Amino acid sequence: MGAIQNKLEEPVSEELALVRAAKKGDDSAFEELVRRYDRNVFRIAQHITQNREDAEDVVQEAFLKAYGNLAKFQEQSKFYTWLVRIAVNEALMKLRRRKPERTVSLDEDIKTEDDSLPREIADWSPNPEQQYTQAELREILSKTIQGLPPGFRTVFVLRDVEGLSTEETAAALELSIPAVKSRLLRARLQLRERLGRYFQRRDGENGKTGNTRNGDVKNGDVASGDGNQ
Amino acid sequence: MKCSEFLNELTSYLDGVLDEKTKSELENHLSWCHNCYVVCDTTKKTIEIYRDSQLYELPEDLRSRLRSAIMTKCQQHKKRGPQSV
Repeated sequence: MGAIQNKLEEPVSEELALVRAAKKGDDSAFEELVRRYDRNVFRIAQHITQNREDAEDVVQEAFLKAYGNLAKFQEQSKFYTWLVRIAVNEALMKLRRRKPERTVSLDEDIKTEDDSLPREIADWSPNPEQQYTQAELREILSKTIQGLPPGFRTVFVLRDVEGLSTEETAAALELSIPAVKSRLLRARLQLRERLGRYFQRRDGENGKTGNTRNGDVKNGDVASGDGNQ
Repeated sequence: MKCSEFLNELTSYLDGVLDEKTKSELENHLSWCHNCYVVCDTTKKTIEIYRDSQLYELPEDLRSRLRSAIMTKCQQHKKRGPQSV
C-alpha cells in the first residue's frame, strides 16, 4: 500500500501571467482566472456552508473581492491560495449568519482527546462505492462529511479534495502546520469510520466461506449503533 | 512500532512524505497488525472516494451565469472606482 497520488499541479508561471495581466486592467485575463477556479471555489464553499445558494453567493463575492483587491495581492503565494483564503472567509461568514446560535470558527473548541481514534475496525467490501448508484453515493458522501465540525471538513476538503499542500492549507486558513496536520488526521479517521457504516464487508462477501450470521461483525462494533446500514 | 505510533504517522504515510526509516517501520507494523492495515487501507479509500466523487460539481449553465454575473459586477466596480468592494 503506497501513498495516495497527488493531483498534477498547474504551472504557477501561467497563473502569475494572468494575474499580472489582470492587475494591468485586462478583464479577459481575470475572466480566465474565474474559469480556472470557479468550480473549486464552489465546492469549497458548498462544503463549508452546506447550502447551495450560499455557495453561489460565495463564488460571486470571493471573485469580486479578489478583483477589487488584486493590487494588494503581493504574489508571495499562489493566486489560488489567496483566493481560497478569501472564499473560506466569505463562506464562514455565511455559515455564521445562518447559524447565529453557535459560534462558527475554524478555531472552535475541538477536543484533543482520543475522540477520533478508530473504534470500528471492520474491513470494507472490495469496491464499496459500486454497491450504490452515483446519486446514492453522493448522498452518502455529502451526509457523512456534513457531520464533521467545520474546522475538520474545511481542512479535509482543501487538502484531500482540492489537493492543496499542508503549507498552502495552513496559509489559506491562517492555521499552524501542526494544527492542519492534526485536524486532517482526525477528519480522515472520522470520515473513514462513518463511511464504514455503508461500506462494511458483509458476511460471506468476496468468496468468504461460512454461514451468514447476524451480529458477526467483530472488533467492537461501538460506532454503528444507529443501524444506519 | 506500536499502534498509536502508527496512527501518528498515518497521515504522513498516506501523503508520501515519510522518511525511509519510519516508512519501513510502519510497513513492517502493517505486515503483522491486521487492524492497523485495515485502518490504513480504508482511510486511503475514504480519501480516494471523496477525491473522485464529483461531489458539488458546478453545472455548466449555472457556471456561465455566475461567471457573467461576476464579470458584470467587476465592470461596475471598475467604473465606480476602487472603494466600492
